[in-house]
Amino acid sequence: MLKQVEGSAAVAEAVALCRPEVICAYPISPQTHIVEGLGRMVSAGKLAPCEFINVESEFAAMSVAIGASAAGARSYTATASQGLLFMAEAVYNAAGLGLPIVMTVANRAIGAPINIWNDHTDALSQRDCGWIQLFAEDNQEALDLHIQAFRLAEELSLPVMVCMDGFILTHAYERVDMPSQEQVDAYLPPYEPRQVLDPADPVSIGAMVGPEAFMEVRYLAHAKQRQALELIPAWADEFRNIFGRESGGLTHTYKLEDADIVVVALGSVLGTIKDTVDEMRDQGVKIGVLGITCFRPWPSAAVRDALSRAKRVVVLEKSLAVGMGGIVSNNVSASYAGSPDLVHTVIAGLGGRSITRKSLHKVFAEAVEGRLDTLTFLDLDHAMVERVLTREREQRRSGPIAESILREIGVVAAKIG
Amino acid sequence: MFQVRIHGRGGQGVVTAAELLSVAAFLEGRHAQAFPSFGSERTGAPVVAFCRIDDQPIRLREPIMAPDALIIQDPTLLHQVDVFGGLSPDGYILINTSRTFEELGLGDFVSGFDRKHLCTVPATELALKHIGRAVPNAALLAGFAAVSGRISLDSVNAAIREKFPAKVAEGNVAAANAAHAYVVAQLQEAARA
Repeated sequence: MLKQVEGSAAVAEAVALCRPEVICAYPISPQTHIVEGLGRMVSAGKLAPCEFINVESEFAAMSVAIGASAAGARSYTATASQGLLFMAEAVYNAAGLGLPIVMTVANRAIGAPINIWNDHTDALSQRDCGWIQLFAEDNQEALDLHIQAFRLAEELSLPVMVCMDGFILTHAYERVDMPSQEQVDAYLPPYEPRQVLDPADPVSIGAMVGPEAFMEVRYLAHAKQRQALELIPAWADEFRNIFGRESGGLTHTYKLEDADIVVVALGSVLGTIKDTVDEMRDQGVKIGVLGITCFRPWPSAAVRDALSRAKRVVVLEKSLAVGMGGIVSNNVSASYAGSPDLVHTVIAGLGGRSITRKSLHKVFAEAVEGRLDTLTFLDLDHAMVERVLTREREQRRSGPIAESILREIGVVAAKIG
Repeated sequence: MFQVRIHGRGGQGVVTAAELLSVAAFLEGRHAQAFPSFGSERTGAPVVAFCRIDDQPIRLREPIMAPDALIIQDPTLLHQVDVFGGLSPDGYILINTSRTFEELGLGDFVSGFDRKHLCTVPATELALKHIGRAVPNAALLAGFAAVSGRISLDSVNAAIREKFPAKVAEGNVAAANAAHAYVVAQLQEAARA
């Protein structure tokens, strides 16, 4: 059924259609509306049987999800930013134990400086934790990916993180096609755990493993993720058969067939990129887009194939490996057969900085003309950075950086973009 | 694509206004995208929300920097925020006030605009009368429907009824109907002048 709803409400409804039995969460912007929506459904008896557990922290949220999942319950939680970091130890445990928890990450920057706005540094900080990580391009895909996530998680006995851009998607009202309970039930069978804490058939989960077997356990985690690379497209096909639309899979390609320049990105910025690409195509520029839907496992073959005829690659990412450069671009480079010099990293949108067509036109045009640097920070105020560096050179006690930059720019309430 | 930017202050229902507008457009079979300016919103702080309406799916996620229409929920923002930024002279301006553009000191600024696209409506007074609270958003949307013709009053009212519980909705619908009638009368008067 077509609906005009907030992204968070769409995701809450989709999660409810997946019949979770335990939901545990600690509120943090911009994830809050999702778990509030689910909490209301549970308290109104619309989502039953399901236990909504208020926990005292994100660490507790993931710990409860681990316990519930190990006891055989379909378990869901959601978080963002500092919340994801606070639960990090349990995030690794959920993957290491192979528990099929589904978690929404409403992507938000990580402090300090504290910032509630969107970027991808939270999810990407956990890229090596062993969870499958899927990124939604719009709210339709966000809700669809949650349905696919439960299926994926339970088939593989691995946790799945569905990443959706905080505020940009979670707080946006747009049209979504909400599936019926019958469709979701046809796609997602009842949870049959591969491992379960069952008093009738006792096992222990979470044994200590020494040097004699740890490497093998980790290898199997890696092998299972690589196995997911084959299953994810198959389940996206099955999803299309039941729900009648394309959603999920490993990657999305757009106008790649004859593209000399390929822009690679994750998440909602793909929409703005596609609009920009259409405008540049109208001007005769052969440019296309590769959207990464599945970031972990990294779809190396699909990326290599999609970039096989690209003369230049621009990776636009909302994340930064401080002291190194791009995170996504590092992955892309490893899957690009051409020279690494032809892969450009554009760091954009950190801490919610708007990514506009105007700025995208500029960097893409630079790429076309071969003038784009290896590493670019989109719309960086170089003059301001230079003033701070000068002050640091001149004054030993130069003070806290964030505060001095805020003083320089003055009131920001007047800014629209 | 038609792009609307709504300016107001925290507590005036600015974000809700954009959401309602998107629902009204959706009910007319259009694609619509509403989103807030994502600030740490505090009561009284300047807030911006956006709504795009189109006949095809909307992919663009940048803020609306060149709006086709502006709804200004709080005229005290006129001298604090660059509310008119990016608006072209054929755009629409709707301001929540009982004063005229000239009385607001905007006479020179709007001299190049199409007068039929300019409108003021005392939405807060209408809200106080019909809802009992100073929430001018629904009335302003109805005023926008009247001045722009981009959505119908019926769709605005249907969106209000979808969003709010029955009692709150009816107050808002009453305020919306009054605002619509007010703007229609104002436009007729301008046409005669």
